[in-house]
Amino acid sequence: MSSIYSEIILDYYRYPRNKGSLPHAQIHARDSNPLCGDVVEMQLEIDEKNTVKDVKFNGQGCAISQASASMLTELVKGRTVDDVRKISKEDVLSLIGGQLTAVRLKCALLSLKVLKTGVYNYIGSTDATKEELSSL
Amino acid sequence: MLKRRWAAASSSTSLKATSPAVADTVSYRKARNRLPGLAVPKSTTPTTKPPLTFPGQLAQSTVRGQATQKQATAYIHGKKPYDVEKVRRDFPILNRLINGKPLTYLDSAATSQKPREVIDELTRFYSEYNANVHRGVYKISEEATAAYEEARAKIARLINANSPNEIIFVRGTTEAINLVAKSWGTANVGIGDGIILTEMEHHSNIVPWQLIAKERGAHLKYVGLTDDGHLVHDDFHQHLESGGIKLVTMTHVSNVLGMINPVREYIREAHSKGCRVLVDAAQSVPHMPVDVQDLDCDFLAFSGHKMCGPTGIGVLYAKKSILEEMPPYHGGGEMIREVHLYESTWKDPPYKFEAGTTNIAGAIGLGKAVEYVSGLGLRNIQAHEQELTEYAHDRLGKIKGLRIYGPENPRTKAGVISFNLGDVHAHDMATLLDEDGIAVRSGHHCAQPLMDRLGVSSTTRASVYVYNTEDEIDRLVESVERAGRVFKV
Repeated sequence: MSSIYSEIILDYYRYPRNKGSLPHAQIHARDSNPLCGDVVEMQLEIDEKNTVKDVKFNGQGCAISQASASMLTELVKGRTVDDVRKISKEDVLSLIGGQLTAVRLKCALLSLKVLKTGVYNYIGSTDATKEELSSL
Repeated sequence: MLKRRWAAASSSTSLKATSPAVADTVSYRKARNRLPGLAVPKSTTPTTKPPLTFPGQLAQSTVRGQATQKQATAYIHGKKPYDVEKVRRDFPILNRLINGKPLTYLDSAATSQKPREVIDELTRFYSEYNANVHRGVYKISEEATAAYEEARAKIARLINANSPNEIIFVRGTTEAINLVAKSWGTANVGIGDGIILTEMEHHSNIVPWQLIAKERGAHLKYVGLTDDGHLVHDDFHQHLESGGIKLVTMTHVSNVLGMINPVREYIREAHSKGCRVLVDAAQSVPHMPVDVQDLDCDFLAFSGHKMCGPTGIGVLYAKKSILEEMPPYHGGGEMIREVHLYESTWKDPPYKFEAGTTNIAGAIGLGKAVEYVSGLGLRNIQAHEQELTEYAHDRLGKIKGLRIYGPENPRTKAGVISFNLGDVHAHDMATLLDEDGIAVRSGHHCAQPLMDRLGVSSTTRASVYVYNTEDEIDRLVESVERAGRVFKV
């Protein structure tokens, strides 16, 4: 059967890209999944053209949460803040591939939630964004 | 009137002393002193107090555990072989296929599956005699009341309570503990008083005490654990000696480690200092004979859904004298004797603590479940689980990189096996096992302080019950090995 644990996911789990911290990051957010204890922290450096100059993540938890966080950092690097804001659940899930149960979706989307929390804090949050965040 | 009904129920039991179920009970009582976590019958209890040592609990209980095993096996072969295939046919859900594979249910410590007769009784209640209990004067209300009170009497017999009046129906273990914390705690715990807990408690036996300690200005003291999950008796002794302790509250069997705590000894020591003791029996009552009079606990809490019963129903046992002193928990209908505009008087226990319409169907279903597990025999269940646990320890222990938490000797524990394999996160393990139709739990198991003590964020937990087989353990082992290959451990 098709397992969610593809070679790609396992590779990102074992050899995470962009793991670490950015001391001069303008965007900094962290959240955890109380169910699993997964923790993800995201830091982004934004340049004068409002694009993501550098990005790092840190965290601990299951392969899904950590691999998705690492993949997400690769996706946002070099993009504008507005593009980052528009990244959807589906974008993240297509990176991961495979079928996830409802509970494991929370693991997969934790990094996106953290990223969006950081971005919305940076550009100024609205009620609509709170709703979007709570749906992740 | 109701009292007469209970009296009739219990005397009819004693008349039926030759029935198989009762004979079972008699046999297990004879042999019970050989069980870990249980004790010698009262008649043989020495009148002079033996020194309260807790010498290498592991070594001691190993010896007792071996005796248990021999005794149990002999009993099974001599009397009533445990036919697990027959038991499995009682559980309709076990016919389900998950991902094309048979459901291998190894999460009974979270909730057990339900036998056909419990499911049928719930249907029968709703389709034949659904009515509110106690105050209706019509036929089906009488029937519902009789079934509800008979369930209470069955539970009283199961744990050997003095009277059904010591059995309070609650939603589950969590509500039972909250009831004690709120009602007894508010009346008895004051500024500077202490409550002793252990580091292996479930959140449901920590958080209610944190709340009441904060409210009353009391403090919590924890009994620590050894690396293999035994309570550090010196901690307990020190806390007791420090004075001002009002309550000791501890789990009988750890929901993570399967560790069977020597609660009877702890209770005796606590009583010698005048403390009350609550036993969280959520993981013991479904799996082994538990006798509240023998333990001499003041409170005992357990859930119905972990012992073949429905969800939303559980039990608080408390000694009658304590219940009589306790203020009500919830106010409302059913719990009152007289209500006036500015004051009211209460019914006697247990009704004082059962405000509003209770979970009648749940209680009746639990009564059926108690009948079911008693029919299998708690000693037989314990012996069956013991064999499976030993087998699982043996097989899992041979997997490279796999670590089992808690006692190394499976004979000192109940059928709960927590493990991790290499750096595979428990949630990934559980997802991979699910692909093979195997249901296990992963995470912190509502015991974060214990996880901190073990130095892990989560574990995978397999737990067994009446319907599990060695084949299922084989399937678990194969699937764990597959997970190891996927993650290249």
